[in-house]
Amino acid sequence: MNNTVVEIRNLVKHFPVKTGVIMGRTIGNVKAVDDISFGVSQGETFALVGESGCGKTTVANLILKLLDPTSGDILFQGKSLDRASGSEIRQYRKSVQAVLQDPYGALNPRMRVGHIVGEPLEVHGYGRSERTRLVRDALRSVGLPETSDSQFPHEFSGGQRQRIGVARALTLEPSLIVLDEPVSNLDVSIRSQVLNLLKDVQDQRGISFILISHDLASVEHMSHRIGVMYLGKLVELGGAEQICDDPAHPYSASLVAASTPPGRTPPWQIPIVGEVPSAMETPSGCAFHPRCIYAMPVCSQVAPSLTKLPDGRQVSCHLYPDHIGSIDKSASLPGLEFTTSTIGDGGPEVRPVE
Amino acid sequence: MAKYQHNGAGPILEVRDLRTHFMTRQGLVRAVNGVSFELEKGETLGLVGESGSGKTITCLSILRLLPRGGQVVGGEIILEGQDILKTSEDEMGRLRGKKVGMILQNSMAALDPVFSIGTQIAEPLVAHQGLPWKRALAGAIDLLRMVKINDPEVRVRNYPHELSGGMRQRSSSAASIGPHPDVLIADEPTTALDVTTQRQYLDLLKELQKATGMAIIFITHDISIVGNLCDKLAVFYGGLVVEYGSKDQVLNNPSHPYTKALLKALPILGEKRERLQTIPGEPPHAGNLPPACPFHPRCEQAMDNCKEGDAPPIFDLGYGHQARCWLLEKDDEQYSR
Repeated sequence: MNNTVVEIRNLVKHFPVKTGVIMGRTIGNVKAVDDISFGVSQGETFALVGESGCGKTTVANLILKLLDPTSGDILFQGKSLDRASGSEIRQYRKSVQAVLQDPYGALNPRMRVGHIVGEPLEVHGYGRSERTRLVRDALRSVGLPETSDSQFPHEFSGGQRQRIGVARALTLEPSLIVLDEPVSNLDVSIRSQVLNLLKDVQDQRGISFILISHDLASVEHMSHRIGVMYLGKLVELGGAEQICDDPAHPYSASLVAASTPPGRTPPWQIPIVGEVPSAMETPSGCAFHPRCIYAMPVCSQVAPSLTKLPDGRQVSCHLYPDHIGSIDKSASLPGLEFTTSTIGDGGPEVRPVE
Repeated sequence: MAKYQHNGAGPILEVRDLRTHFMTRQGLVRAVNGVSFELEKGETLGLVGESGSGKTITCLSILRLLPRGGQVVGGEIILEGQDILKTSEDEMGRLRGKKVGMILQNSMAALDPVFSIGTQIAEPLVAHQGLPWKRALAGAIDLLRMVKINDPEVRVRNYPHELSGGMRQRSSSAASIGPHPDVLIADEPTTALDVTTQRQYLDLLKELQKATGMAIIFITHDISIVGNLCDKLAVFYGGLVVEYGSKDQVLNNPSHPYTKALLKALPILGEKRERLQTIPGEPPHAGNLPPACPFHPRCEQAMDNCKEGDAPPIFDLGYGHQARCWLLEKDDEQYSR
């Protein structure tokens, strides 16, 4: 891949689970991120999707260097961060910024907007007059009046606060911004404003985005490539249109089916079964097999690995390459409308209590 | 005490021109300003709107559980022929939960962490049906089975923190449907759930409705998920129902500029849009509503009479489809109330 801004290689993050207050015996590991690799090119939006608990935010925190990986490496402009010097790490932190989910929690209520937006500049040693100028530039570029730098966060609405968050991420002219659910806390009628703003920013400045979201519709709209995560692993990695129009992995397919608006036929009619298991007790073999209606005996024994399909995307599933041909994706399976009968052994009978 | 009996004909719940205001230190907050809708037995009505549009306050008015300072200042709420607003507090306590149940948005907050799931599901059965605790706990197991929870005999002794988010939401629903409410109010029950669990939960609600025949009021901010579940939709904006009609009327033939803009502003999976249409500005705060039509500052088609005087009246578009917008005046005969 050319012009790769950030590449992560075999990234692993385990959180030990401890018991006891004083001795803290480790009783297990939560494999939040388990051997994940992908790269983000210049000007590209790479989206990580998955249910809550799948590890997508942990990946974001690792990329932001808020967490140190258990193993694996992050490459910034081709150089490993593992062996980077202090000044190189500083340079990396300057180049990678974040916009957070909650526009209310992300802004310190006691600081003026100018101070909030200018704080990254202060940290990186910019002088006062330059800071004022850059802060005003940033505010203008997100569609806020320059004079808002003397106001406090509470004077702004949710959408405007998220714009302040974007302005703060822009001041250091980063090459990558991590967007962690940037619109999910906003009102529906202003989500499109923020999504459009982010697209404009990307077009004008050629910034790369890593977009973390569970909303597949806005992910499809925003991103070029998508990585679908399930219990710490990537199960499918490919172009946004590829995955949304023709998902290859049964899990991606069920996410697409769940997000398909009523009245439309999902590309692969697949019901969603059960819930995400606890990350502490990851199922054997393919972690998705207890929820997969196509699970074969091999799925519970051998973990599949990401392999390339002829169309260029990667998928981690035992159905490939031999079994996928025998599946009729357009067959309407009983259970897509009423998935509940497949959730448990409660049986299909529903009766009110006497 | 007079016994009211619903004769089976006509709506089970009727809200007529409901107005609920709050007295706060910052002044009068006009949260609900003339909301009307009807709910038939077994029907699902979706209340769609952004935060502060008045949908939750409407439902809390129905339950008479308004927060401090809130007061219904006008209108009627008729439940099975009985005006709820004129009912005594004692009678209301008997109605609440039994006639009108509610499912809250955050199941972790709705369930008490120090009581087992079973106790919390059994409690309304004891309170409303006078069952002894032992039988109520057996009923709780049946209810857990009904909401498709595995091993209900084991789960009934679990505490809320031992369940996953989806299971908690299903358990708190079990507690709400236990006493067989005729009307179930579900206030954004899926917001805290993942897409996949969300779909399962909506299917479950539908199935429970089929089995019990209850009517559902489904509150949501996400117009894209109501399609599968709801028969009718009421679109809220600034404390008013700006558009009201069957699901098909509202989604396929939106008539109010706000509904139109909202449907265009959302990215839809499988539909490629180069650029999303935006609605300029922000939704208003109920304490600071624009005069006349609350949507006029954000409306591209706003005319002079949208900016002055009273809110636009309800225009009837035929077959029960209604919208509050002056643009519809020329097209259709005004229906005055």
